[in-house]
Amino acid sequence: MSGQRNNRDVVIMGAAETDEVGKLPHLSTLELHTQSARRAIADAGLTKDQIDGLATVSTPGPVQVAHALGITPTYLDGTSVGGTSFLLHVRHAVAAIRAGYADVVLVTHGESGRSRVGAPPYPRQSDSPLAQFEMPYGVMGPPTTFTVPTLRFLHETGNTLEQLAEVAVAQRRWSARNPRAMFREEVGVDDVLGARMVAYPFTLLMCCLVTDGGGALAVASREFAEAHGTDKPLVSVLGTGEAATTPMVSQMEDMTTCRQFTLSSQRAFKEAGVGTTDIDHLMIYDAFAHVPLYGLEDMGFVGRGESGAFVAEGHTSPGGRLPMNTNGGGLSYTHTGMYGMFAIQESVRQLRGEAAAQVDGVETSLVLGNGGMFMSAATLILGRG
Amino acid sequence: MTSPQSGGSAPDKFVPKATPETQPYWDAAAAGRLDIQRCTACERPFFYPRTSCPHCGSEKVAWFTASGRATLYSYVISERPAPGFPTPTVIATVELEEGPRMMTNIVDVDPTPEALPLDLPLQVRFEQRGEVAVPVFAPIDGGDR
Repeated sequence: MSGQRNNRDVVIMGAAETDEVGKLPHLSTLELHTQSARRAIADAGLTKDQIDGLATVSTPGPVQVAHALGITPTYLDGTSVGGTSFLLHVRHAVAAIRAGYADVVLVTHGESGRSRVGAPPYPRQSDSPLAQFEMPYGVMGPPTTFTVPTLRFLHETGNTLEQLAEVAVAQRRWSARNPRAMFREEVGVDDVLGARMVAYPFTLLMCCLVTDGGGALAVASREFAEAHGTDKPLVSVLGTGEAATTPMVSQMEDMTTCRQFTLSSQRAFKEAGVGTTDIDHLMIYDAFAHVPLYGLEDMGFVGRGESGAFVAEGHTSPGGRLPMNTNGGGLSYTHTGMYGMFAIQESVRQLRGEAAAQVDGVETSLVLGNGGMFMSAATLILGRG
Repeated sequence: MTSPQSGGSAPDKFVPKATPETQPYWDAAAAGRLDIQRCTACERPFFYPRTSCPHCGSEKVAWFTASGRATLYSYVISERPAPGFPTPTVIATVELEEGPRMMTNIVDVDPTPEALPLDLPLQVRFEQRGEVAVPVFAPIDGGDR
C-alpha cells in the first residue's frame, strides 16, 4: 500500500432526507433543499457555520441554497447534468477535500417535482439541438424518449418484455418493506404488463413516480469527521467515476448499451480496488424499468443478455445475492425528477445499518446514477466505516 | 400562422427554429430534400448538423443529399397526447442508409408492434408545419423498391 492514497480518507459524515417524501404542496423547492440540509447538518453533529462548501444543481443553485441557510461557502459546485448530478457533487467534493479547498461540503437536493411549488418552468426553447431534432416528433417528456432504446435492447440482447416487467415486480418486494414508499403493494408480472400503456412497451408500472422531496449529505475528511462528528458509523467514499455521452437519446452510439455506465463504473472500481463480486448492495437509478437491466450488464455484474433472467430469478429481490434498489427505487419509493440523491441516501442507510428494509452485513455498496436520457452517469462505491 | 385553423392538419404541432449552422438542413427539408453533412477529411457522414466532424474533428464538412432511405432502429408507441399529434404516435429512431441515425415519426402505418418490426425499410417524407417542413418516415411498400 505504500505510495497509494488511503481511500478511506474522505467520508459521508451526515445524511438525511426531508421529513416526508411524496406529495408535499406545502413545501417549496428551496425549502425541500434547506430542510434536508438542516437535517443532514444535525445528523453529522455539526452547526451550519462549520460548513464551508455547497454543491447542488443549477436551479435554485448553490448560492441560493447557501444564502437561505446562512452559510457563506468558499467552495461551490453547481454541476447540473441531470439526476445523477449529486453523485458528481460527491465525487468533486472528495477531490476538493483532498485538495484542501473545503472541510465540509454540503450536497443538497430538493425538488417539487409533483406539486411544482417554487419550481422553474419547463424550458420552452425552440432552437436548441434537442428542440430541432427531437421535440418536433410529439415527445412528451422522459416516458416517450428515455424509453426509445428499449425495443432494440431487448431485440439484440434476448432479454424479454416479461423480464422488463420483473424489474418493477422485484422493486415492489422492497418497497413493501419501506413505510416511506409511495407504492407498497406487491405486484406480479401480469399486473405490470396489464397496467395502462404509456408508451409501448412501457406501461405505467414500468415508469417512475413523480414526487416532491429532498435530501442532503455532509462530506468531509475522516480526520475532520472523527474530530467533530457523532458516533454514527462513517461511510467511506472508496471510489468514484463520471462520464457523459449524448444530450439526445436518438444519438446514442449503440442503443443496446450505455457507455457512460461502463466508463464511470470502471473508474470507480479501479479507484476502490474492488470488483463486482465485492459489492454487497447495489443501487441503480431506475427512472424506468430498463435502466437497471442496462446497469447490471454495462457494469459487468452479469453478462450481456443475462440481466433480465438475473432479476426474474430473484437475485436482486429480498433474500437474493445482490440486493438492488432496496428502498423500492424510483419506480416505487420516490422520484422527484432528479432521483440520484435518494439512491445515495439508501446506500448510506444500508451501510449504517439503519435502512427500512435492512440487508444483513452490507460492507460495500455501489450507486450508479443516470442523468438525462442516457446522457450522463456517475458511480460511487461506498464502504462501511 | 398563429391563427388556429379549423380542420387544419396539425396547427399546434411544435415548430422548430433553425440556428445558422442548421439552416441548410431546414432549407433543404422545405425543398423536399434530406440534406445531411459529411466530413471531407475522413469521409464519414454525420447527423445532427455541426461545423466540425464529430469523428475526426476536422472543420472540412460538406452538405449532401441523403437517399432518404432508412430502417427502423428502435421506437415507442406513445399514448401521451402531444399538441397536434394523433394518439398513439410512433416516436422512432431510424438509421439512414448512409449510417447516421435520427429521431422521427413513422407515419402511414398501423401504430402496432405487429406492423412495426425492427429494421423495417422506410422512406423519408416531409410534413409541412407553417413554413417549416419536418422529415418523417413511412414504410416502403412492396412495389416501391
